[in-house]
Amino acid sequence: MVPTTYYIALSAVLFGLGVLAFIFKRNIITIFMSIELMLNAVNLAFVAFSQASGNLDGQVFVLFVIIVAAAEAAVGLGIVILIARNRQTLNVERVDLLKL
Amino acid sequence: MSAQLLVFFVLAALSVIGALGLIFQKHPIHSALSLIVVMVALAGLYLLMGAEFVAAVQIIVYGGAIMVLFVIVIMLLNAGLEEHTSISKMAGFPGILLALALTGFIAATVARSAGSFAQIAGDNGRIAGTLSSTRDLSTMIFKTFVYPFELTSFLILIAILGAIVLAHREKS
Amino acid sequence: MIDFLSAFLSAHAVIIITLIKIVLLLFIVLTVNAYLTWFERKVVAHMQSRWGPHRVGPHGLMQPLADGLKFLFKEDAMPAGVDKFVYLLAPLLALGLALTSIAVIPFGPNPIVLFGHNIWLYIANPSIGLLVLFAITALGVYGVALAGWSSNSKYPLLGGLRSSAQMISYELALTLSVVGVLLMANSFNLTEIIDKQSHPAWGIGLLGWNIVSGPFPQILGFFCFFVAAIAETNRVPFDLPEAESELVAGFHTEYSSFKFAMFFIAEYTSMITVSCLCSILFFGGWLSPFPHSWTFTFYLPSLLLIPAGVWVIWDGVRYETIWGKLVLPVIGGVLAIIGIALALPQLQFVNVFIQGPFWLLGKILVFLFVYVWMRGTLPRFRYDQLMSFGWKLLLPVSIVNVVLTAFFVLLRSNP
Repeated sequence: MVPTTYYIALSAVLFGLGVLAFIFKRNIITIFMSIELMLNAVNLAFVAFSQASGNLDGQVFVLFVIIVAAAEAAVGLGIVILIARNRQTLNVERVDLLKL
Repeated sequence: MSAQLLVFFVLAALSVIGALGLIFQKHPIHSALSLIVVMVALAGLYLLMGAEFVAAVQIIVYGGAIMVLFVIVIMLLNAGLEEHTSISKMAGFPGILLALALTGFIAATVARSAGSFAQIAGDNGRIAGTLSSTRDLSTMIFKTFVYPFELTSFLILIAILGAIVLAHREKS
Repeated sequence: MIDFLSAFLSAHAVIIITLIKIVLLLFIVLTVNAYLTWFERKVVAHMQSRWGPHRVGPHGLMQPLADGLKFLFKEDAMPAGVDKFVYLLAPLLALGLALTSIAVIPFGPNPIVLFGHNIWLYIANPSIGLLVLFAITALGVYGVALAGWSSNSKYPLLGGLRSSAQMISYELALTLSVVGVLLMANSFNLTEIIDKQSHPAWGIGLLGWNIVSGPFPQILGFFCFFVAAIAETNRVPFDLPEAESELVAGFHTEYSSFKFAMFFIAEYTSMITVSCLCSILFFGGWLSPFPHSWTFTFYLPSLLLIPAGVWVIWDGVRYETIWGKLVLPVIGGVLAIIGIALALPQLQFVNVFIQGPFWLLGKILVFLFVYVWMRGTLPRFRYDQLMSFGWKLLLPVSIVNVVLTAFFVLLRSNP
């Protein structure tokens, strides 16, 4: 039996790495992928708690998170395609028309 | 070290390597491939915990649909290597420190409350397979959680419509 | 030394048996792949009134060996400007995934009992067996998409994008068309799905299969599954992304020698997997179609092998080349001897054991023949026709199948 603490520690590490990727990358698609990484880390925590408590609610919630992530990825990538078409760049630092 | 612990460490190392690959690779396609490695490793971890249906759904939906969408968009938009813009080193260093601090804070909270995990877990002799038969999971989804289920199907319909409208090219 | 070895073996028996099974199954699958290419070339040739390969060995039987050697010795050209890691990863991914999918297919109901260990005729029998196969199919899109993109050339890129879009579209119809079978069998486990088909009306085996029996016969489901599976494996009539007159060779244009062979093997292996799945899900797997009371059908393997062996011997002694005159009678003799051996009363336990795999292999052969038959006869779909067929016809039909099956299952179930 692997202790639950190990799973939660791994989830925290993955979440932290996702935050790092979100802050430091400049390609908008990579930033999007770091959001997916953070969602995955949270899913891992849910399943770990579900296994520890014997309650299936955690796994049901994981399924809902996966579904919502799919919907979000679809709409988000539609927006990314629009940005790429209008500004001809995928670098978030160049999409700064609203900057003072 | 039992076999389960060994498998856990291998899969955990694989997922952390994939996440590091996501950060440090220069081309978005390589980052996408690293993320796929993370997802497959996580599916393995779900299998280790006995959540077999969630593991299968993770690979089919996340690894086989969402990441395929990412990969196809990267290919279509011809995303090249990351540009080298000047990031101020002075701002980068505290940034990394803060992110590590966030991770450390979460880990410390977890370690401090490790005792209460034992309370949640109760008897630690839960056999992995009995936890999540697909039948029990589907009973929960279609009986207890039927309203969120219908709402998410509606949400996906809206997302499909939204994606089509957003990416539609006007015939000018 | 001997007792150390036997102690080691008995302590780790499960792992060693599984490793041996994996090696054996890999060998068998790769050989079947090789001779499937021979089978396809011969059948398509005969449909087109010509002979196909008939020079390399008797009746062209050495042709796969010659092809394999050719692939090994060809120049391995890597085009300039490719992304090296992804270019090398794509065929590995395609081949690895295709071969992994054979691991969960059960080939027979009874285990071989050896030294007190039960050796089952599958490598793994997880309770979500069918979902594992779908997961592998879902990951198979990457092999194609990455191959097309990494080749740094416009034809493979277009072919790869078209092919991956086609595969994702037909994956939905593929998964939904199986839900009817799942509703009737109440389990994802392939062995249990076959067991649910083993209670036929009036004891006639054929009437128990999913395609004719149960609360709702799965004819629509089978049609959707078979068509969607052909589109998934990129075969005619859905092979526009790799058609020669359209896109040079599609996503594997820039691949040469062994990497191309890996894509080739991956395609034929997924053909075999789909045929296995069709026969397991809809046609009863290892169950025989005859009534249970007709126990004389146990001699059917012998009844097929002995005339086949005699015919091969007769053909062999009249063959043109000396090599054929030697090899063909030997093959025919082996077949005939196996056939006679199975009919002997001393080897009846082997005969009873072999009934399950015999029927499953027969059904797999029938489906492979249908695949090759379609290759020889049908023209290919245009890309927009392909996509509208998948989304506008196949997906609604599979959803209708799910709804009807659920309705009839509910009607027939005792509350």
